[in-house]
Amino acid sequence: MASTTPTQIDTAPPVTRSGGSSTGRAGDKIFAGLSKGSGILLLVIMASIAVFLTYRASIALSKNEGNFLTTFDWNASANPPVFGIAVLLFGTVVSSIIAMAIAVPIAVGIALFISHYAPRKLAAPLAYVVDLLAAVPSIIYGIWGALFLVPQLNGLNLWLDEYLGWTYVFDKTQVGVARSLFTVGILLAIMILPIVTSVSREVFLQVPRMNEEAALALGATRWEVIRMSVLPFGRSGVISASMLGLGRALGETMAVATVLSPSFLISGHLLNPGGGTFAQNIAAKFDEANEFGRDALIASGLVLFLLTLLVNGAARLIIARRKDFSGANA
Amino acid sequence: MKLQRKNMLRASALGALVVSGALVLTACGSDDNTKTADGSAKPSAAAAGDIKCDDAKGKLLASGSSAQKNAIELWIKNYMAACSGVEVNYKSSSSGEGIVAFNQGTVGFAGSDSALKPEQVEESKKICTGGQGIDLPMVGGPVALGFNVAGVDKLNLDAATIANIFNDKIKKWDDEAIKKLNPGVTLPSTAIQAFHRSDDSGTTENVTKYLKAAAPDAWPHEPAKKWAAPGGQAASGSAGVAAQVKQVDGAIGYFELSFASAQGIKTVDLNTGAAAPVPATGENASKAIAAAKIAGTGSDLALKLDYTTKAEGAYPLVLVTYEVVCDKGNKAETLPTVKSFLNYAASDAGQKVLLENGYAPIPAEINTKVREVINTLG
Repeated sequence: MASTTPTQIDTAPPVTRSGGSSTGRAGDKIFAGLSKGSGILLLVIMASIAVFLTYRASIALSKNEGNFLTTFDWNASANPPVFGIAVLLFGTVVSSIIAMAIAVPIAVGIALFISHYAPRKLAAPLAYVVDLLAAVPSIIYGIWGALFLVPQLNGLNLWLDEYLGWTYVFDKTQVGVARSLFTVGILLAIMILPIVTSVSREVFLQVPRMNEEAALALGATRWEVIRMSVLPFGRSGVISASMLGLGRALGETMAVATVLSPSFLISGHLLNPGGGTFAQNIAAKFDEANEFGRDALIASGLVLFLLTLLVNGAARLIIARRKDFSGANA
Repeated sequence: MKLQRKNMLRASALGALVVSGALVLTACGSDDNTKTADGSAKPSAAAAGDIKCDDAKGKLLASGSSAQKNAIELWIKNYMAACSGVEVNYKSSSSGEGIVAFNQGTVGFAGSDSALKPEQVEESKKICTGGQGIDLPMVGGPVALGFNVAGVDKLNLDAATIANIFNDKIKKWDDEAIKKLNPGVTLPSTAIQAFHRSDDSGTTENVTKYLKAAAPDAWPHEPAKKWAAPGGQAASGSAGVAAQVKQVDGAIGYFELSFASAQGIKTVDLNTGAAAPVPATGENASKAIAAAKIAGTGSDLALKLDYTTKAEGAYPLVLVTYEVVCDKGNKAETLPTVKSFLNYAASDAGQKVLLENGYAPIPAEINTKVREVINTLG
């Protein structure tokens, strides 16, 4: 950050000199100052969030009687406080993985359809409709999920239990409606669909025309064109899009809190009601928590913060490694 | 680029349409609510005549328990109609939040489903200079056990059976224990789906206190705001539990009576050992609260409820919510308003409003003491 700004200032004067006006120089300085300020402001905001979370979390962690990483309980407002994030971490990661597994292939399919297959008259409205999904507030998804999706998924759950019960994962051992991590994953998949779709669509539309025409000239079918030029070019874009979606899935609060039947148990039986996620747990416990209980919730928030940083960092690494082959530099 | 901008415009226009549609719908929803509240409330001119405004003035902030939300809102409405120039604002969030706000000194009084804990009293001494926080029982109410079992309209249960249902010991509706309590009722073999609160809640604390007191053998868990029993399913808030019970066949769950009546959910009659099973009503809850003893010391009027009462027509699964105030050291600018408002709430007119709205009035004997304490607030 600090190293790039001086070079901007250094390169600026020759431009203004050729313009010959002194007001331009002042404008450059103001602009450089403003952009530098904005950059620093962002760092300050991030740092203050991290400091706040760490400080409040450390208060809670120092008094925790349980093991923060392995305790299967959340009794932070009790005396003595006992709480741990194992269940939340498991639930957050599992529901997000389910969401990604469902949403990414569908999103890529929609994006390819809109960008390469659909007739123009259909492509535009379809794109609006997908984008519109993003405009629906998450509490509406929550209400829809609880009142419509959950009853609808009961049948699917029983079907999965009957035919795929041997997989353990789909073995439903507990009676109860489908207010499970699996249902949450499906709901999250619907919620992250628009962001993954629209970013992928933009990337697919930017595939150099020449690449596609060259492939066509070699006698490739449309599918081969997509496989040989569109997908390799778009890969890093699709990964970034997925990471944006994953970010939303990890942090989704109200929809999960409304649909899930939370309990502090880790179970591989994904169709059973139960489990929990970081954001859902914070939403559910915050109201009644005393000041110390809130610190404990903030500690769990810090873990979510680190988790998202980690995911984003990993995504950047993947993209950086693949950039050379993406064709974006061609 | 141009096309894209157009897309966005159109998308946002559609989005706005959806959002405004949702707003219109929610607006309708809240309209309905006030209508039902009005229909049964009827703030009468006579009630307004009983309100003494004294030196009340300015703005009074309060916050806390959502269980007493409807009661407080009716009081505020009547009170503000009688005393012009006074504004009382109750933010219904939760007991915990109310007490936190009270101990930070941001509200004149807090509403709470459970009495102050010793450490909270200790904390309150910082805000109440020369005094401490005290509990004034102001609103009572039955906690209903709502059920949804196809073909069953009336259900009697005793504390031990309820404990076993929520403990995951009784799994089917045609279990022998339930059959024995309900002769002549055809019970299906539907699986029982017991719903409890997923958030920490004063309602949960009251229900578990009742189970622990009335069926100690069947209920081994300590009463707490957090649900401790294994099994069952959780939902957020009383409204969330009620919605699940309404939706799921074979469900049973607990919530304040008003949620059951609002959604037409059938409620369990409690078999307390009295001659006849007791249905959940405001009057029956009042009869049970009458058996309560004052457990607080000095001007603190925290109640110890008798959950094992066998009195005829007394519904022992009750919730008493308190207003938390400073006995001494209230803020000078809000003290007259706090006294005058609470005086109205504890008055006969104020307590009568409760019965008309599914709550239970505080029995006269305790209520007299509450009024005495209010007049000594400083």
